[in-house]
Amino acid sequence: MRLLFERSVPGRRATLIPELDVPAVKFDESLLRATTPRLPELSEVDLSRHYTELARQTHGVNDGFYPLGSCTMKYNPHVNEEIAALPGFADIHPLQPVETTQGCLAVMWETQRDLQEILGMDAMTLQPAAGAHGEYTGLLLIRRYLRERGETNRTKIVVPDTAHGTNPASAVMAGFTVVSVASNAQGGVDLDALRAAVGSDTAGLMLTNPNTLGLFDPNIIEICRIVHEAGGLCYYDGANLNAIMGQARPGDMGFDCTHVNLHKTFSTPHGGGGPGSGPVGCKGFLAKYLPGPVVVRQDDTYAFSQPETSMGRVRGFYGNFLVVVRALAYLKTLGAKGVSEASTNAVLNANYVLRRLQDSYFVPFGDSCMHEFVIDVGPLRDETGVSAMDVAKRLLDFGIHPPTMYFPLIVHEALMIEPTETEDKTTLDEFVTAMLQILDEAHEDGERLHGAPFTCAIGRPNEVEAARHPRLRHKFSDEGKVR
Amino acid sequence: MAHVPEGLRYTTSHEWISEQGGTYTIGLTDYAQDALGDLVFVNLPQEGDRVIAGETLCDVESVKAVSDVFSPVTGTVSEVNEALADSPEMINETPYEAWIARIEGVSEVEDFLDAAAYVAFCEKE
Amino acid sequence: MGSYVPNTEEQRAEMVAACGLSSVDELFAVIPPEARVAHLDLPTGLSEMEVRAQMQALADENVRFPSVFRGAGAYRHYVPAIVTSVTSKEEFVTAYTPYQAEISQGVLQSIFEYQTQICELTDMDSSNASVYDGATAAAEAVLMCKDRTRTGVVLSGTTNPQVITVVKTYCESRGVHVTVVPPAADLSTDTDALATATGNDTAAVYVQSPNYYGVIEDVETIVATAHDHGAKTVMGFNPIALGMLRTPGEMGVDIAVGEGQPLGLPLSFGGPYLGIMCARRELMRKLPGRMVGETTDATGNRCYVLTLQAREQHIRREKASSNICSNEALCAMTASVYLAAMGPSGIRQVAESSAAHAHYLAEQLADVTGFSLRSARPFFHEFLTECPTDADKLVSALAGRDILAGLPVDGGILWCCTEMNTRCQIDALVAALGEVSAR
Repeated sequence: MRLLFERSVPGRRATLIPELDVPAVKFDESLLRATTPRLPELSEVDLSRHYTELARQTHGVNDGFYPLGSCTMKYNPHVNEEIAALPGFADIHPLQPVETTQGCLAVMWETQRDLQEILGMDAMTLQPAAGAHGEYTGLLLIRRYLRERGETNRTKIVVPDTAHGTNPASAVMAGFTVVSVASNAQGGVDLDALRAAVGSDTAGLMLTNPNTLGLFDPNIIEICRIVHEAGGLCYYDGANLNAIMGQARPGDMGFDCTHVNLHKTFSTPHGGGGPGSGPVGCKGFLAKYLPGPVVVRQDDTYAFSQPETSMGRVRGFYGNFLVVVRALAYLKTLGAKGVSEASTNAVLNANYVLRRLQDSYFVPFGDSCMHEFVIDVGPLRDETGVSAMDVAKRLLDFGIHPPTMYFPLIVHEALMIEPTETEDKTTLDEFVTAMLQILDEAHEDGERLHGAPFTCAIGRPNEVEAARHPRLRHKFSDEGKVR
Repeated sequence: MAHVPEGLRYTTSHEWISEQGGTYTIGLTDYAQDALGDLVFVNLPQEGDRVIAGETLCDVESVKAVSDVFSPVTGTVSEVNEALADSPEMINETPYEAWIARIEGVSEVEDFLDAAAYVAFCEKE
Repeated sequence: MGSYVPNTEEQRAEMVAACGLSSVDELFAVIPPEARVAHLDLPTGLSEMEVRAQMQALADENVRFPSVFRGAGAYRHYVPAIVTSVTSKEEFVTAYTPYQAEISQGVLQSIFEYQTQICELTDMDSSNASVYDGATAAAEAVLMCKDRTRTGVVLSGTTNPQVITVVKTYCESRGVHVTVVPPAADLSTDTDALATATGNDTAAVYVQSPNYYGVIEDVETIVATAHDHGAKTVMGFNPIALGMLRTPGEMGVDIAVGEGQPLGLPLSFGGPYLGIMCARRELMRKLPGRMVGETTDATGNRCYVLTLQAREQHIRREKASSNICSNEALCAMTASVYLAAMGPSGIRQVAESSAAHAHYLAEQLADVTGFSLRSARPFFHEFLTECPTDADKLVSALAGRDILAGLPVDGGILWCCTEMNTRCQIDALVAALGEVSAR
């Protein structure tokens, strides 16, 4: 495919804005840029065809099954896109007088109210733009709380060895050090290891439940109790909320603060990597440390208010508002019953696929799961040389996006499969058929699978070269010449 | 079978060491580079860094992983192999010539393995 | 109850049986009773028609001003139709992060194009694929400069106050000390005070240009000050302004960050926006977030792939310098399409038009009593004036005439014009101000 710069023809331009109707400004030469940027010069028809071609080479949820474990690639409703594009939302300046933005504040307030109810939390901020951003914000709540109590010796955050990489990274950004705690044979937190890991220097625990193996930790109440008893707080990573929303609430399990991923559990689209939204909820005692301003309601009027000992801000303005709009539309659609229907079917779909695959692939952690489960391709690799990478790449030839690969780290050749509730039985059966065919191919001619995929536009990219000699931008033909 | 030259010393974390006039030169062994796969970047330490025996000296990156290189001695980094910044693959190609750092002012030294002991250690891994 | 679950009752029953269960409730038996929820206190689910009506009603409670003279970090620019239509394509909207390069060449190439365009706009060597917004980009950038001996950051007080707050929040948790140097009387950076505040323990000096008050800063002097002390410079830029103004690269800046919202993103009540980060070659590997690189596949086809991933949290975990995972990918694509639609002449035209309209307004205001300029320094498309009456009351009065006035700041008003403020609109504003302030 040609790059924009390769389609560029000097002199091509569109007439997008009118000629000046006021005098031009003559800035001093010293303030002006010396060279013209080599931005592509294209007509609208060039642009239109360019992006049609790029779209053809992009696989989205609308193309097919996307069983990416831990990402919850559920269907993105079209009506939510239309609602988010309403001028009454899209064209509102964030600094308009609050009397003129009551609708926006109402969206924020209603979304918070619904999410707080689902999570079992008392207060919330919508500022974080992503899950990792939410984790950082939640950890700052813990940091502020402990500092105010003079407990600055509490510098350690406990994180299970199955945790997503953002957990320890967020902990370090928030000024803590990380203590890793081992999993037991059932894939849950080893309680003895946890008891040994907590103490007077514990600031808190970060946990997702179900965990990244798709297993609900039955000891969750005890886990939170152990941490609280040691004087730490408990943070819930809401990435796996799709398994339990409407069935259980983090706030009732003992968690003090939590984030949710609107772009996972609440159907907002992934956009090729973002924008997402990672609202953070907390119990009442932490509300005063939330980033400000927060939305409050007095009778029928909404306003902004600054929490009394706010941590400051974790971004400009109020959050990824148009993402929140989509999530509110989704929440209004689902209602109480729809929320639990979603989790029920997410868990049913995952268990169905697990059952159909468990006699052929090695499922290391039992014969049931929550909304996702992990296959260990290790034994297949030992037998045939075919790795998780090879299986994943071969799935691409079937038009199926591979599951999450090589995560969590405690399973060496992991494939994490999360169907979500928005797939039907036929699709799940097709996936199982593809997986079983790949298994046969592995036994018949494993060597060949190292070359998969075979029918995609490109083969496996040379990632070693890309990392050793990074080329992060296009090299123009006049590179190095004075312009 | 990985190459293990006689004249060097080794650690159980797969670094090689050579010592001359109080200066210790550190690199990664053939066994290590093979296990790590194609290296794409070496996060070299800085001259003047204080290092402690048994703690991280620096790290090396492959496409999908990061691995620590441990310092076998306590001292100060006196020189780093800048060539690795542009050509990390030197460690894969000639691991015993592609030294990473030199350390001086050494106060504490870990127990090293000789070539035979290191070979035996690798065989058990 | 609305639903996106396609499985029928019959299909669900088959699946329950295939799992060897008698009911789906068994799947949740593992949850301890204390944590089990019986009933969520949420409204009943609605049909699509009702949802649309309710959301429309909320949208209707907002006032959408036809005339907008307010900026202060969010800017109303013209968004070409091609930008909206391309970025609404389902494939781009619903795609995941392009970890599987073979089926994501479309997304990967568009990010590569974005990275290139940003480097061209800023004259910097490398760009990442985006961070959350301009404010978090500023925070990540100053933290990139921190090392063992340099743990202080100096910010010019002419920076957008929200950016200052975000930088302070981020730096506090990393043990980095922040010094904010108050502006000079003419609303530019007090370069003497900045030099005094900069020392051998300063990791980075941050300046925004055009600054919060619209003033174009003397960035080169600040760069020299920083470099004299071995500190790096981080500049906050406005991407539209770079259509005509001197670039961070030309001025010797080390890391350039900006809010990309003006590049085709609607005002959106504050988000999602776009954090732009780009840097000199030597600092490329310290940039946080995803980056796309060009490479080849086994048969020699040119292709694109996420690269330098070993910097990121999913590999480095607690040793990562940033925890960022999801970014603002679709917003970056929006910016890329906008820049492609505008082209170099278009972006220059938008910049010139914004500046021209702002300067025209400033000249007209000079003739209205009580709205004199607070600074005589050169400005781009924003400027601060005095206000002869209570600023908030003035804003209300103008709102009654469907005009969103500038932002009340420090007892004055911070005005902004873009290419969307026609001469007609500006004349109407000036006339209205004359009437309203005369009372």
